[in-house]
Amino acid sequence: MSNILEVKNVLKQYGDFVALNEVSLTVPKGSIYGLLGPNGAGKTSLIRIINQITLPDGGEVIFDGEKLQPKHVQYIGYLPEERGLYKSMKVGEQCLYLVQMKGLSKAEAKKQLNYWFDRFEIQGWWDKKIEELSKGMAQKIQFVVCVLHKPKLLIFDEPFSGFDPVNASLIKDEILELRKQGSTIIFSTHRMESVEELCDDIALIHKSNKLIEGKLDDVKRQYRTNSFEVGIISDNVEGLMFDITQKYTVAQTNFKSLNDEIKLEIQLGNATPNELLHLLTQRGQVTHFLEKIPSVNDIFIKTVTQ
Amino acid sequence: MSILTLIIKREFIAKVRNKSFIVMTFLSPLLFVGIAAFVGYLTTMKAEVKNIAIHDETGLFVKEFKNTEEYKYLDLSLIDVKILKDSIVNESYEGLLYIPKVADTKILESKIQYVSNDSPSLTFLDQTEDVIAKKITKINFENAKLDTLAIQNAEAKVSISLTKSSGEEGVKGLNEIKIAIGGAFGYLIMMFIIIYGNMVMRSVIEEKTNRIVEIIISSVKPFQLMMGKIIGTSLAGILQFFIWAIIGLSLMFAASVFFGVNVGPTAKIPPEMLHSAQQELAGTAQMYIKELWDLPIATLILSFIVYFIGGYFLYSSFYAAIGAAVDNETDSQQFLLPIIMPLILGVYIGFFTVMNNPHGTIATVFSMIPLTSPIVMLMRIPFGVPWWQILISIAILFGTFFFVVWFASKIYRVGILMYGKKPTWKELYRWLKY
Repeated sequence: MSNILEVKNVLKQYGDFVALNEVSLTVPKGSIYGLLGPNGAGKTSLIRIINQITLPDGGEVIFDGEKLQPKHVQYIGYLPEERGLYKSMKVGEQCLYLVQMKGLSKAEAKKQLNYWFDRFEIQGWWDKKIEELSKGMAQKIQFVVCVLHKPKLLIFDEPFSGFDPVNASLIKDEILELRKQGSTIIFSTHRMESVEELCDDIALIHKSNKLIEGKLDDVKRQYRTNSFEVGIISDNVEGLMFDITQKYTVAQTNFKSLNDEIKLEIQLGNATPNELLHLLTQRGQVTHFLEKIPSVNDIFIKTVTQ
Repeated sequence: MSILTLIIKREFIAKVRNKSFIVMTFLSPLLFVGIAAFVGYLTTMKAEVKNIAIHDETGLFVKEFKNTEEYKYLDLSLIDVKILKDSIVNESYEGLLYIPKVADTKILESKIQYVSNDSPSLTFLDQTEDVIAKKITKINFENAKLDTLAIQNAEAKVSISLTKSSGEEGVKGLNEIKIAIGGAFGYLIMMFIIIYGNMVMRSVIEEKTNRIVEIIISSVKPFQLMMGKIIGTSLAGILQFFIWAIIGLSLMFAASVFFGVNVGPTAKIPPEMLHSAQQELAGTAQMYIKELWDLPIATLILSFIVYFIGGYFLYSSFYAAIGAAVDNETDSQQFLLPIIMPLILGVYIGFFTVMNNPHGTIATVFSMIPLTSPIVMLMRIPFGVPWWQILISIAILFGTFFFVVWFASKIYRVGILMYGKKPTWKELYRWLKY
């Protein structure tokens, strides 16, 4: 089994409102899977179904080769976007309680908690109440509780919100470390730069439907426009422009460079990059030649506003 | 440890550790005793002189009544009884003691009437009966010429029948203790249901507003969480009740030892005490204590627990569903009203109907209806209720409870994940179908 999770034609309705319209997803084992979509698209509904918080009205979910069932909660860790802790309960007791709920014995829970508290250097918090901690501190604890039972599948909903850059980077490293140890991570976020940085696979849900799914690179390939950013220093700008505008669609663009050059974005259509390059080298000194790869942000906005 | 016990344990500890629980458990019995002592003190202070009219057709008894600080006796034997009875309404005197002329003293014993629109105090009745009884005994002694056997035969026991001027029969003080205990238990169960139901609701709202509920229900089913919460909180309630019961029983025990009453359900007042000199105060106290021991204490405590569990589970499922439906306590008011109403109805029925007629139709019916049965039945139990009635009532209560839990858990399941707006009744109904 190479897929940790398969969502097949899942349907969820709230009264007349369809929250998920026959959505199917495949999450490969060991991947970091970005689940994208605007607010209200149905991401949370889907995550709740995977966590067995709600049941789908149709379709099925396969977890690690088996139909999803109550025993699987102990293999799944979930960090919700809207998360909290008991304010007046002590940190240690609270962690023990939440972790034991995932099926760990008290002794094992204690051992693991000690390990993680050491790792995050928060041993001193054990007897503090949550209301004495800052928001970022509480979130560290939520993160620990979420990953402590070494789940096969981790679901993070906006994991970085509320963290300062230092802690965000700490959490990011932990996520990568968890993946290295064999966990699969589903990652739901609006922060596209972290998707670019972390995700291997993405899916985009919009208005209850899945619009895109696949390896990040494949998706990008699909959305590439065969456009290139070009920088060229030429004596005969007019001649150059005449030549290329005859063959390609050209637009002015901007990018950082140290030269005083003409900056163009050239859409090649069916032509190959080599043809363009050949033409350019005849007309001047090429200082910049780069395929314009669509960012996840571009893909997101393009798909959603279509 | 199963997840349910884990939740129950957490809820129980969270409740019991709470400062207000500790304060309430140990302070309220003190407060109760304090208030009782204060009320007792106030009643002893009252020294207003009451006029008692005596219409004595025999002319034998009127001289036996000596004026005291509290009571002034007026000999009105010359005025017609009918006129006297009518003038009670004008409150020119507290009551009328009517002693008819009867040839046989044996018959006279039960022919004496006390007419009053206010209930006489127990001590006043005791004293009056005592005075008349002594006199009749004396007459009997004379008639029998002091024959020892005759003295024993002549020993009189007077029972005054109470009537109002309208002719309606009044309740004598003997039921007082049953009414008090029944009322106290019924009221207690209402308070327990409201207090602990509210605790469940607050705890659901707390989990919902600080969003920990999302983390928890990714590991447990909402139903488990709800039941764990309800059971854990109820255990805290039962613990509190046990502490109170132990304190109460020890106080009763201490009082029994102090007043020399044999402890146990078959407690008897030592006969020599009955005729001793300091009988006035001690006798009344003894009687109350004896009455207390005569109550079916074990049945009362057991039924309190059973009805508390049944009634509390029933109501706290509603409370849990409401807590899940709203975002804060202020919003809960409109949903709470229909829940508190049957409870208040139960207490009213208890105080007005059960006290007058504990085994009447209304009392019986409402002690079967599950929303009121915990209160009404508990108020009836001190008067003695047939076992089959209790069993049917409990069966209905628990049957309804299972249905309500199922119903509440559906609202709970949807409600805990809904944020933002206050739902309407219509929306709650729709949630049942999700």
